[in-house]
Amino acid sequence: MTNFIYKHRFLILRRIVQVGLMLLYIGANVWGWKFLQGNLSTSLLLESVPLSDPYAVLQMFVAGAIVSTNLIIGALIITLFYLVLGGRVFCAWVCPVNMITDAAAYVRRKLQLDSVSKKQPASRTIRYWVLGLSLVLSYVLAIGAFEFISPIAITHRAIIFGMGLGWAMMLIIFLFDLLVLRNGWCGHICPLGGLYAIIGKVGLIRVAHDESKCTVCMKCKVVCPEMHVLHMVGKSSEQVLLGECTNCGRCIEVCDDDALNFSIRKLAKERGNETNN
Amino acid sequence: MGTTRREFILSTTRAIGLATLGGLVWGAYVDEVTANKLMLRPPAALDEADFLRQCIKCGLCVEACPFDTLQLARAGSNKPLGTPYFEPRDVPCYMCPEIPCVPVCPTGALDITKVSTNNELDINKAQMGVAVVDAKNCVAFWGIQCDACYRACPLLDKAIYLEYSKNERTGKHAFLKPIVDSDFCTGCGLCERACVTQKAAIFVLPREVALGKVGDHYIKGWDSSDDKRVKNAQATTTQTEISKESAIDSLNDTEVLLDD
Repeated sequence: MTNFIYKHRFLILRRIVQVGLMLLYIGANVWGWKFLQGNLSTSLLLESVPLSDPYAVLQMFVAGAIVSTNLIIGALIITLFYLVLGGRVFCAWVCPVNMITDAAAYVRRKLQLDSVSKKQPASRTIRYWVLGLSLVLSYVLAIGAFEFISPIAITHRAIIFGMGLGWAMMLIIFLFDLLVLRNGWCGHICPLGGLYAIIGKVGLIRVAHDESKCTVCMKCKVVCPEMHVLHMVGKSSEQVLLGECTNCGRCIEVCDDDALNFSIRKLAKERGNETNN
Repeated sequence: MGTTRREFILSTTRAIGLATLGGLVWGAYVDEVTANKLMLRPPAALDEADFLRQCIKCGLCVEACPFDTLQLARAGSNKPLGTPYFEPRDVPCYMCPEIPCVPVCPTGALDITKVSTNNELDINKAQMGVAVVDAKNCVAFWGIQCDACYRACPLLDKAIYLEYSKNERTGKHAFLKPIVDSDFCTGCGLCERACVTQKAAIFVLPREVALGKVGDHYIKGWDSSDDKRVKNAQATTTQTEISKESAIDSLNDTEVLLDD
């Protein structure tokens, strides 16, 4: 049992954070808690600190809305936060859609759907196209274009403010990831993930690979939702520096050889230099 | 790398094609879902187009509302997704004097100056909509005594007043007809909530939908302040050429009327 917890320590922590945040939001709406009000588009922390989704604010700006000081401050706080922690920490630790797509990926692995065809029929750069397209559409329609179709927003609003047909959107995402494309939504299409991948390029918290310990079992690549970021596994000791890494920590948990660990960007570089000397 | 020029051109055109297709479908969808003109917004909301652009759909106004009047449009409700609205027949706006829903708005989609007089909150300035009476289905217009909407109105005798007239059918009763004055009506919907008919015979519509606009061609000559309304009016003169053909004498020309 303790081994199970140790082998899923980041997963459990992530679920606690994801569910906990949703609970705080639900509490604010249903029971009037004043800790974290609003939703993932914009929140109010402790009735004073504004927090805003930088992507939503960016769309508003492009659409020609008057962006209030509150929103600018809120978006700056969130951007700085993820700039330091690594952009896609949002995807793995906060976003509720992550639980849906993780579930789909889990079922996929159990059904061994990926052994049939290893190559995915879509490019992981689609998300950047969608990101660009959303900004063009926001400008043309003079309205935040992605905010009216966002499965992320639909999902968290459904959880916090009442379900409606929100479950249908969750089901679509689940089935898409299960049957159409592995890691389809989060790993290929989601433009919010795309923006956080760009923000997260310079993030300080990085997974580091120690090639000398690696036995090339490839368990890490099997669980990784963005497996191309682990291109160095078994080849060289270096940090995972691609912005698409979500810092979910699954690779660290499943590694039986302690060849992967969280590290701070600069420190690990120095350590790498030392071993070279 | 291993890409030939041919592959590069093929993949680029494919991506552009997909982006165009996706963009058109996506744009058309957003255009459709934002076209609902019948949404009743919280007090102090900007005009619908500006509101939709400005609102970030955070739901802070919904959480601030003590009566659960405001809701965020859910998926499948055929309303602009995630934007706040209310349905007065279910829960009307109870017009809190402290207007908790407006100051919490982080984006300015709810503009506090629209419900303030001299920097003091004044909910009576709200213009969420305007009540409209369906006179055919209002029992007061039938002659049955009912003043439910009139009594429910927070601006009683201003936003809704009763017009008295004689009931000629019975010869001895009076009509007490509710009349809405759109100058004062805030669109709170307490009247719609109170209406006794199966489906409300008085109901709130957005002002843009329910109200007409006179334009610059007519002014109230007896009201000197009405002159100001047309101060910036610009006259456009159109000229229509007089027809050179003679007018047909349709009344006196009996020949064409007679059958052979």
